[in-house]
Amino acid sequence: MAVSQMIGARIQRREDPRLITGHGRFIEDRTLPGMVHLAVVRSPHPHARIVSIDTAAAGAAPGVLAVLTAKEFHTVLSGTMPVAPAFAPDKKYVPPRFPIAEQEVCFQGEPVAVVVASERALAADAVDLVHVEYEPLPAIVDPEAAMHPGSVKAHTDGPDNIGWDTTFAGGDIEAAFAKAEVRVKERILQQRLAPTSMETRGVLAQYSPFDERLTIWLGSQNPHFIRFFVSMSMGMPESAVRVVAEDVGGGFGGKISPYPEDYLVPAAAKLLGRPVRWIETRTESIQTTTHGRGQVFEAEVAARRDGTLLGLRLTQVLDLGAYHGTFGAFQACAGLMAGGVYRWEAVEARSVGVLTNKVPTDPYRGAGRPEATHVCERMVDRLAQELGMDPAELRRRNFAREFPFTNNFGLVYDSGNYDGTLDRALELADYPALRERQAEARRAGRLVGIGISTWVEICGFGPAAPTAGATGGIALVESAQVRVLPTGSASVFVGTQAQGQGHDTTFAQIVADTLGMPLETIELRHGDTAEGTGFGCGTYGSRSLSVGGMAVQQAAVKVREKARQLAAHLLEADPDDLVFEQGRFAVQGSPATGKSIQEVALAAYGGSLPSGMEHGLEAVSYFDPSNWVWPFGAHVCLVEVDPETGAVRIEQYVGVDDCGTVINPMIVEGQVQGGVAQAIAQALYEEVVYDGESGQLLTGTLLDYLVPTMNEIPDMTLDRTVTPSPVNPLGVKGIGEAGTIAATPAVINAVCDALSPLGIHHVDMPASPDRLWRLMQEARP
Amino acid sequence: MPHPLTLTVNGTGREDAVEPRLLLVHYLREVCGLTGTHVGCDTSQCGACTVLVDGAPVKSCTMFALQAEGCRITTVEGLAPAGGGLHPLQTAFWEQHGLQCGFCTPGFLMAATALLAENPDPTDEEIGRGLEGNLCRCTGYVNIRRAVRAAAAAMRAGAEPAATAVVGG
Ligand code: FES
Ligand code: FES
Repeated sequence: MAVSQMIGARIQRREDPRLITGHGRFIEDRTLPGMVHLAVVRSPHPHARIVSIDTAAAGAAPGVLAVLTAKEFHTVLSGTMPVAPAFAPDKKYVPPRFPIAEQEVCFQGEPVAVVVASERALAADAVDLVHVEYEPLPAIVDPEAAMHPGSVKAHTDGPDNIGWDTTFAGGDIEAAFAKAEVRVKERILQQRLAPTSMETRGVLAQYSPFDERLTIWLGSQNPHFIRFFVSMSMGMPESAVRVVAEDVGGGFGGKISPYPEDYLVPAAAKLLGRPVRWIETRTESIQTTTHGRGQVFEAEVAARRDGTLLGLRLTQVLDLGAYHGTFGAFQACAGLMAGGVYRWEAVEARSVGVLTNKVPTDPYRGAGRPEATHVCERMVDRLAQELGMDPAELRRRNFAREFPFTNNFGLVYDSGNYDGTLDRALELADYPALRERQAEARRAGRLVGIGISTWVEICGFGPAAPTAGATGGIALVESAQVRVLPTGSASVFVGTQAQGQGHDTTFAQIVADTLGMPLETIELRHGDTAEGTGFGCGTYGSRSLSVGGMAVQQAAVKVREKARQLAAHLLEADPDDLVFEQGRFAVQGSPATGKSIQEVALAAYGGSLPSGMEHGLEAVSYFDPSNWVWPFGAHVCLVEVDPETGAVRIEQYVGVDDCGTVINPMIVEGQVQGGVAQAIAQALYEEVVYDGESGQLLTGTLLDYLVPTMNEIPDMTLDRTVTPSPVNPLGVKGIGEAGTIAATPAVINAVCDALSPLGIHHVDMPASPDRLWRLMQEARP
Repeated sequence: MPHPLTLTVNGTGREDAVEPRLLLVHYLREVCGLTGTHVGCDTSQCGACTVLVDGAPVKSCTMFALQAEGCRITTVEGLAPAGGGLHPLQTAFWEQHGLQCGFCTPGFLMAATALLAENPDPTDEEIGRGLEGNLCRCTGYVNIRRAVRAAAAAMRAGAEPAATAVVGG
């Protein structure tokens, strides 16, 4: 490869000029002539039988065009909403879900009817006039209680509440535990979280009856999947449906799976023959957009007294909510990754997915990997405490060091250098000085703690063979099309869909490097299923660069190689004698004789091609990686807990991550900062709370659901090491979820370390003032 | 029943007739077609809708359009100098990677404009207090803080002062 100019460059984002001037194109910014507005009538009960629905008053209200229920939607939609096998292919009970409830509602906020009106406010007014008679049923809220035989059932027709019960066995766990000289055991909660992208969801649909075509605009992380599912449900050819996602105001996993409204809005557009739009309110968002986490872990570690790790045994009880999220079983990967960066003789993980009367859970930034890391890193710290060993030392003693490293479940970590990131993080934090500072503070009666987290994740989904099985048929490969136009600018079409990750910039950097073209002449297009290749799998799971970016790179290489053939023909030279530098093919040894890529592009559409060469200068590539990629790192956090109030203050935060080759360091840093902030949010502030008895959502607004402000998020000292991945030609990994995976255990380990003089060994999340105050009250004599 | 409304938006006088219950944010988005002001919540927490009303930062979802009678409103579309180019805050957000999805950005820019008009050299703590009414889910705020610091420095060094934009004509 030519000497890189663009790859690794801190280029300002090309997305930004429109976004900083108020000219973004978000879903609520798009209107159509004749557009009408849809509002959803939702169940106020977590569990109830629908006795009757009286739509008369709402239908007669000002501006109302239609009130639609399951009965009407059955004429346009068929089938049930999809559930992927993911990491729990052997499902037990999968309650069928039609996008709108018919006889029974199973969570608060489940749609029971929709109102379509000429104005949004009139639709909202009429929602209150739809009279639904319910017969309330007992609700089950707690997933562990829901596992018991004889528990209240989340669905009256279900056999029980068990969605899956799968055990992953990695080695002889009994033998490992038999050798144990020391064991530690802990129960660790992963509270429910709401992804809370600042832009809520929204859908706009237009159905054209004359040519039987449907266009859907929506805020989505994967428009091709939405087309796939909605076209099937509506009985339309996939090719007759176009799905468009323009600017998307954040996703974090909450905009991956198809939602009821993704079906109901297009169906209403077809039924009414008018463009229909629905914009989710924030309250609806917290109430109905899939939640993340919601898990309880029981974990036990067996080790030798010298700190050698032997066995890890754990159970994950995962609160599915009322239905399986489409990709909800992805989170079972927590068990497969629970061994983290360490060598173990055996790991055994049981995952139980349990139905409850709450919003379904689905991937939220990190999905399974933050949970794995939190359990592993908490347990390692518990062990260090038990052994009286320095937690950094215990980690070093057990790091995997030979790569590729095969973990207990046969997953192959591509490359790593765990000592490198930990050493650098401890150096940046000045660990010995921190420990001194802590000792001094403790002497003064202050509660100061240091937390370390060393993490690895599996990301970059692909590869084809395992992921096709996991989705139920579609391989998570990625596609790109690079098209150079006659005047030498390029359009690049990709199947990923950014929600702030800056692909317009980074993917263009890759093309600019590969084709030697100025960045300004490369246009990145994504989010429109009517453009580019046949299928794309979207943006989540830190996959866009290592799979999608590689498809872009490969397509650009194909274009370059065709251009080389044509340039050779034009220059009457052997293709192998051409050197390509700075966007120009020159004959080796006579640099004055050459053709620029722009000249070659024009020729590709002209009349003097070599015989057998087709016109045009474009290529499609699908990239199927040979393995996942495995970013890693080490984070260190210093906290002080106020002994009076229980408030936690983060005094210092250091993160050293390794995501292989970096395309744009500015964007990588931004991803880590945002990820760490979301992890701090989980560690200290956020929790979706339902009343345990009534099943009512108690945190339904941003007043109760505590998304941190600037005041809660400290500055961070960030650095990187670079260990390229052998899995793709650029050596890249992923970085979108790194911060979220790394930081919760770093913060919670620090809080636990701070409280350890009081005999407190474990703190669950969020480590709110209230929770810590209580723990301290109980601990004090 | 629509009521008459007279006000100035980004320097241009307007006369409209609006429903009494129309919120200022919906007036700006739907009547004026200025969709840079965003709606991120329904309880006045997120600040995505922040605009300047006679120079003061206001969450435009908390105010009826009719309450802005006679006021001068500045939205993100009116922040850049009329002759072209960018406001120093816009430049700083771009240079410091102060945005990812960009949904929260207009609100932050407007709140920060008001903050710097009042306090041209804020400490980090003052920036935090000044912007605590705005939520960002993507950036972790680190680069927003940096951007505000950078813009403040640029403006003190003589880049176009925010005050002209605050007045908005
Ligand atoms: S829309 Fe959230 S504060 Fe106004
Ligand atoms: S940049 Fe996405 S919410 Fe702030």
